[in-house]
Amino acid sequence: MKEIVVISGKGGTGKTSITASFAALAGNCITVDCDVDAADLHILLNPEIKEQNRFISGKLASIDSDLCIDCGKCKSKCNFDAIRQKDNKYYIESSLCEGCGLCNFICPAGAIKFESRDCGEWYKSETKYGPMVHAKLGIAAENSGRLVSLIRDEAKKWANQIDCDLILIDGPPGIGCPVISSISGVDGVLVITEPTFSGIHDLERILELTKHFKIDTMVAVNKFDINTDNTRKIKKMCFASDAKYVGKISSDQGMVNAQMQGMSIVEYGNSKCVKEIENIWFNVKNWVEQ
Amino acid sequence: MILAIASGKGGTGKTTISTALAVAAKQKVNFFDCDVEEPNGMIFLKPESVTTEQTFSQVPQIDKEKCTSCGACESFCQFNAIITLAGRTIVMNEMCHDCTGCGYVCPNNAISFNPFKIGEINRGIHLSPDGFEINVVSGVLDIGRTMSPPLIRQVKKDIKPGELNILDCPPGSSCPMLTAVDGSDYVILVTEPTAFGLHDLSIAVDTLREINIPFGVIINKSDIGDSGVTDYCKKEEIDILLEINSMPEVAKQYSEGVNILNDIPEVTEKLQKVLEMITTDYCEVV
Repeated sequence: MKEIVVISGKGGTGKTSITASFAALAGNCITVDCDVDAADLHILLNPEIKEQNRFISGKLASIDSDLCIDCGKCKSKCNFDAIRQKDNKYYIESSLCEGCGLCNFICPAGAIKFESRDCGEWYKSETKYGPMVHAKLGIAAENSGRLVSLIRDEAKKWANQIDCDLILIDGPPGIGCPVISSISGVDGVLVITEPTFSGIHDLERILELTKHFKIDTMVAVNKFDINTDNTRKIKKMCFASDAKYVGKISSDQGMVNAQMQGMSIVEYGNSKCVKEIENIWFNVKNWVEQ
Repeated sequence: MILAIASGKGGTGKTTISTALAVAAKQKVNFFDCDVEEPNGMIFLKPESVTTEQTFSQVPQIDKEKCTSCGACESFCQFNAIITLAGRTIVMNEMCHDCTGCGYVCPNNAISFNPFKIGEINRGIHLSPDGFEINVVSGVLDIGRTMSPPLIRQVKKDIKPGELNILDCPPGSSCPMLTAVDGSDYVILVTEPTAFGLHDLSIAVDTLREINIPFGVIINKSDIGDSGVTDYCKKEEIDILLEINSMPEVAKQYSEGVNILNDIPEVTEKLQKVLEMITTDYCEVV
């Protein structure tokens, strides 16, 4: 079984549109949406949810104001600035609490509760292109990295059960915690970049990241015609590093139109970039299989 | 005044809008690039005489003489950053969230803390075309580090409450975004009128409502999709502060690392009006 993840560093370069197209082209595969705090793949794949699960992860502290003696010890020791004061009462700003438990340990009055935290939901679904595992991080919830690991594990289990040999992952932007959880141990990373100064800057960082974790990396340029000089620059960057350049995609209003119809560009069709995406998928598949 | 620019969806134009606002303000501005995983603010603001400061989190160091491998630290650590194995206590720096709790629970006083480099903060000054100082503070997370919130918190230490502070925030709606927008007087959510833009906007809206920070929306590339975002904002009674059409020349210059929004007088004027509205309605002291 092979796992391929699509990431970008910079957001908004077309990861999700391209992942959905790959799902349509691949046939037998499981798709996973690991961009758990801004998950959009479902908009294009229209999954029918078969199984819904709570994502209980980590802990959350809260203050029982009846027991609190207002000593402020917790506030002074919290490294996450999560303990606040309002009307002379201490409370915990749950969106900032990382669930370390220090306040609970040091509170002299036993006023701090430390309980399991509901951080969202994850789903097993069916789409017209096959099974899909996806999730929704709770509003202002923590633990996105753990949720990513969980849905990847579930996808692998499912793939083993049904003898599926490909898992296709739509990854998050950036280079931090959820990205590292998304790429660790995969067979190949495809970076979708754009030929802009920012795109190149962010690509450099993501290539360093995949090098750091020794993961085989491919690069494709979306909207290459915005700046063909920069596209050439990106190609050269790939040759200079160990990344494999796998193709480019034209700017295409069809990409937005397809999204607005809730389908992948490959399915929407009648668009010049379809051929380009098919080429890239061919290259990605060959490279990972080798 | 602390004004944060966030988005939910990535690539909608946060950095373009926030750097354009900093220039349009026509006053001294402190600009913070809180998108420490992929910071691009300095590409457009090009500050001079940049200084770099290394930033660290605190990770536990075990004194082998004192440690009895009792496992108290291991069982306390919620992040699985400490393992006791065959009579040894091992710390995995990458997993550590810098809570320092293990130091409190160790019965043998065997834990002290060492700095662990997580990134850098660059500081420089950009002089706007009108001659106003823009102090640029930009956090850069080291490659391979997972914890952006501690670095974001350190970047935000330079915020000066009495002045205009503009924060370019990371995408999404999880810990990095929450850490960045925390304490803001107002958040501008930059979106685009597409299905993805709308979906991620609605999550960002729910998030800001949950943490009680007032916000409004700027619709960028307002001519590329449909009226979904506008309809949503009307229904939810959310202020649409500004709509900016997609402009090929802006995109072309952006690709070269140049933000020309401020060269378009009508856009600059509108950005100034947005700033004026926010600073008068949402802050006591500008």
